Amino acid sequence: MTDVPHLSLHVPEPAVRPGGQPDFSNVKIPKAGSVPRPPVDVASEDIRDLAYSIIRVLNRDGEAVGPWAGLLSDEDLLTGLRNMMKLRAFDARMLMAQRQGKTSFYMQHLGEEAVSCAFRKALVKGDMNFPTYRQAGLLIADDYPMVEMMNQIFSNEADPLRGRQLPIMYSSKEHGFFTISGNLATQYVQAVGWAMASAIRNDTKIAAAWIGDGSTAESDFHSALVFASTYKAPVILNIVNNQWAISTFQGIARGGSGTFAARGLGFGIPALRVDGNDYLAVYAVAKWAAERARQNLGPTLIEYVTYRVGAHSTSDDPSAYRPKTESEAWPLGDPVLRLKKHLIVRGVWSEERHAQTEAEILDEVIQAQKEAESHGTLHAGGKPSVRDIFEGVYAEMPAHIRRQRQKAGY
Amino acid sequence: MARMTMIEAVRSAMDVSMGRDENVVVFGEDVGYFGGVFRCTQGLQAKYGKTRCFDAPINESGILGTAIGMAAYGLKPCIEIQFADYMYPAYDQITQEAARIRYRSNGDFTCPIVVRMPTGGGIFGGQTHSQSPEALFTHVCGLKVIVPSNPYDAKGLLIAAIEDPDPVMFLEPKRLYNGPFDGHHERPVTPWSKHDLGEVPEGHYTIPIGKAEIRRPGNAVTVIAYGTMVHVALAAAEETGIDAEVIDLRSLLPLDLDTIVQSVRKTGRCVVVHEATLTSGFGGEVVSLVQEHCFYNLEAPVVRVTGWDTPYPHAQEWDYFPGPARVGRALKEVMEG
Repeated sequence: MTDVPHLSLHVPEPAVRPGGQPDFSNVKIPKAGSVPRPPVDVASEDIRDLAYSIIRVLNRDGEAVGPWAGLLSDEDLLTGLRNMMKLRAFDARMLMAQRQGKTSFYMQHLGEEAVSCAFRKALVKGDMNFPTYRQAGLLIADDYPMVEMMNQIFSNEADPLRGRQLPIMYSSKEHGFFTISGNLATQYVQAVGWAMASAIRNDTKIAAAWIGDGSTAESDFHSALVFASTYKAPVILNIVNNQWAISTFQGIARGGSGTFAARGLGFGIPALRVDGNDYLAVYAVAKWAAERARQNLGPTLIEYVTYRVGAHSTSDDPSAYRPKTESEAWPLGDPVLRLKKHLIVRGVWSEERHAQTEAEILDEVIQAQKEAESHGTLHAGGKPSVRDIFEGVYAEMPAHIRRQRQKAGY
Repeated sequence: MARMTMIEAVRSAMDVSMGRDENVVVFGEDVGYFGGVFRCTQGLQAKYGKTRCFDAPINESGILGTAIGMAAYGLKPCIEIQFADYMYPAYDQITQEAARIRYRSNGDFTCPIVVRMPTGGGIFGGQTHSQSPEALFTHVCGLKVIVPSNPYDAKGLLIAAIEDPDPVMFLEPKRLYNGPFDGHHERPVTPWSKHDLGEVPEGHYTIPIGKAEIRRPGNAVTVIAYGTMVHVALAAAEETGIDAEVIDLRSLLPLDLDTIVQSVRKTGRCVVVHEATLTSGFGGEVVSLVQEHCFYNLEAPVVRVTGWDTPYPHAQEWDYFPGPARVGRALKEVMEG
């Protein structure tokens, strides 16, 4: 027994901490256009490489290149840019509103706008997203009214959720946006169930599940993959890898698996990794996965490689755990600037038009905010009734809750 | 009418519901081809096809999670958790998802699911096949919780649960599956075929959720019970000769407070009985409501008879199970009090 070595526990650490030089040399970035586009009926074992590479369309010069390019028209792309700009402007205004005390909490998308905005375009009316708290682009890109979003954020008298939910936990069946839980990963497996139901009823609709890099460690993530794999559910399993789960770097959840996408391979689920800051690449990959689902070929796992530029939420300060300049060093750039550049290269956009659009959007957001604020903000003006606390727990209010409502004076 | 065991009654409820509504789907561990370890789903896959009744992976959070997604789509999943003891991995999905989807989305999405689970002891199942976790569900707003005590109720309540627009936890006392067990484990099993409530209509009927039933009218003391303990309480009343009024709650959430209050105001004495552990058990809630609404009618302190505050033992099962002798002693105690 004398030669038996003593064990030691491995605890992963990010490459750099505050004070250090940002370093993304471990993020291998393949050239745009270099990853092949397989047929949608490909077997997962034949595209294992795609779970370790990064599908990219936009190159450094702003050109769309390779087999995943050429799917979107000028008009599509201009709309896409506008959606991302709108989401960014919306976020900026709502962050400010939170700082002004008009709501308790906010979560922004800075740097991740392409993921939800481009993905939405790959779905059709009737499909259902099971989003996390950082996919409001799904609503913006589907023209959900910003005023409604703000009413929810302000928990005012016009809040469609009657003040019951944390800000940004939207719900809109009509816009294919399942009620956000706030708990992590629980909805990933629900999306699989929704997709199974669509298949059970021989419908044509598909579902999309959403999760962050950190939450893939939850058992519900694995449950979702088991069920999706077993029943070949028509679902797109999205993982948004924005590098940070609050203060925890993605290596803590990823462990030894190399990439998050690679988790799909053990389940026989085709898995792709995509440049999450490339609007064209996100759309192309989402479209590929949606086609697979619609042809009853089953689930696809997609890892969007992106970077959370802002804080996790208004309750977070990232300077405590990562270098302040890390976002500037992020090698995949800014999704808005990259699409803008591409549109200029295409000859359909200019700096002037961009600036003008930015101003128009800001105006639109401010107008929406004025309207929303006329219905109140968290601590001022119109608010949901105390009665709303007691309504809607059940379809029909049981006697014990009615007694409690009366006790509360309503 | 037909003679049915509780297993057959539960199966008949699912059969009738699946026949009437193609949105009703049934799944869980071993429930498809084989028909469930207690055979409650036997024949349903053959009759309705394997996309309406199918086997699930051994993953309770996945079973609940997918059922919630299916319900959001518009199906009405009636799922089986093989033993109530196995539901814990699904507890997050039940409490924070199923129970709150209507509320948090203001009715934009709803969750009409039924979660069936064999519950309780009496079959030498040890600590992982004997639990009664009903209080873990009654503490969750947004759920309904049902514990039937006989085949007639089981069928009518299960159909009502499947048709209910909200999530229903349906706890089936497994010791009652084959007969009205009164706690006398040393005696031969009495089959449901010899019991009035084993007489079950073959077609569709419902029993309203939230209505208790008086199983034995009496004037001396009110015994509040549900599931297996209803039969134990009836035996205790018989054996002690105490004129107890035995209430079968049937539905714990919502609770039929009126029936309880009316009875205790009449008798002035109350014993609350359940198989689950004592501390923070559902009995605590019942006792609290009784003192709140009947304090000035009470002639004696309310007494609880429950499982001990220990895990459910294997070899000592009958020392753990609150049988008719213990209930009988409690009846005498409140009569003397």
